[in-house]
Amino acid sequence: MADATKTTPKIQILKGAAADLSAATYQIFDESHTMGNALRWMLMKNPKVEFCGYSVPHPSENHINVRIQMYDELSSLDALLEALSNLDDLCETVEQKYQDSLATDTYERWEEQS
Amino acid sequence: MAAATFDTRKHVGVYAEHVSNVSSTDYPGHYPHEDHSWDPDQFRQKCNVQVNRLSNRSIDFDLVGVDASIANAFRRILIAEVPTIAIEQVYVWNNTSVIVDEVLAHRLGLVPLNVDPSFLEFKESPSIQATDRNTLVFKLEVTCTRNRNTPKDVTDPKMLYNNSEVLSSDLRWVPQGEQEEIFAANIPTPSNPNIVLAKLRPGQEVNMELHAVKGVGKDHAKFCAVATASYRLLPLVVLNPEKPIPPSSAHKFQKCFSPGVIRVDPVTKEVSVDEKNLRNESMSREVYRHVEFEDCCQLARVRDHFIFNVESEGFYPPERLLPESIKVMRSKIATIKKAAEGLLASKDSNADVEMAEG
Repeated sequence: MADATKTTPKIQILKGAAADLSAATYQIFDESHTMGNALRWMLMKNPKVEFCGYSVPHPSENHINVRIQMYDELSSLDALLEALSNLDDLCETVEQKYQDSLATDTYERWEEQS
Repeated sequence: MAAATFDTRKHVGVYAEHVSNVSSTDYPGHYPHEDHSWDPDQFRQKCNVQVNRLSNRSIDFDLVGVDASIANAFRRILIAEVPTIAIEQVYVWNNTSVIVDEVLAHRLGLVPLNVDPSFLEFKESPSIQATDRNTLVFKLEVTCTRNRNTPKDVTDPKMLYNNSEVLSSDLRWVPQGEQEEIFAANIPTPSNPNIVLAKLRPGQEVNMELHAVKGVGKDHAKFCAVATASYRLLPLVVLNPEKPIPPSSAHKFQKCFSPGVIRVDPVTKEVSVDEKNLRNESMSREVYRHVEFEDCCQLARVRDHFIFNVESEGFYPPERLLPESIKVMRSKIATIKKAAEGLLASKDSNADVEMAEG
């Protein structure tokens, strides 16, 4: 596994992508449904994205394919980058809300035997 | 609070034999003249996290206002990708117990260790040299002997013999290199000292050296940071105002639901839903089995209200688990982003974009 991690690039654009990248399939190495579905959702939240879907082509292959098609010949790579930073903001917000709730100390506390 | 109505945009319908409106529809272009595009400020307003219960071993919290794909990502990361420390290599010098070496080694691997994974690095492959930065060493040296001082009629092995059981508390940490200082505040031990690993009888002994490394749950379940991590959607019972429950069957209606979910007015026998206890509803759909209650109510679930339950048995206190999973998620995002930026740079510099064989 260690050798594959070193030689395989994290993202590859699969054959058949439009030259301006307005429609492309990105193969993301070492990722699964975890990032695939979250990324697909955030990309679909972008009104400039015409279509977005992901798949895990085979359970024994350690990668996912993310297909992005754009309106107006826009770059899908830009949309991907935007989705990634939006997803990061989302994580930050959720973490903040969680820490706020944990700090209020209005919840029930109890002891459990392990 | 006004009586709830079933809203196909917000709720998943639950029927006797099927469910409806499962997928979320809040995407741009789904509804004419509605936006639904990603808006961080709107998300900040809508998103809500509420801790309900916290113990030394588990946490219950509500995550409201996010899509299932996000809630599921956190859950999946908790199970498979939050790093922990577990025993990976077992060197058996002597094992005369009745448990064979490989079974004992497997049991040892599953013992949760009370070690902060942030102090260690990943040992990416077995061929990489073990150092004080990536490996913890434990010794397990237990010999069973006869206890000469027990009275004649005693049959309890714990009194008859010394060390009749090998327990997780018998693991002895052997500091390597800098580890003595790094782990001084929190000496590595199993988080539960009472796990029975093997049983011994006089003359039997176990003598092993154990190497613990950092790993993640997707490599082996022994590295799983949580005991369980699960979520369910908030249940909802929508009463039909057009068809109220007759007072004579109010208690029968109440019994179709989990205790506390349905209130019956002691005087008027009027039926209402207890919003606070609604989350305890088991969604047994018992109410659909009675013809007399047909069209009286509709069962549903709130699509963006996730009730999380996370239990911990290892190093992490339960309240630290969600932040850890968010940290892992953000580092995954950063890795992909860096790679995507690399792609963009190679495209801008007019080089041909690397195309993989489909």
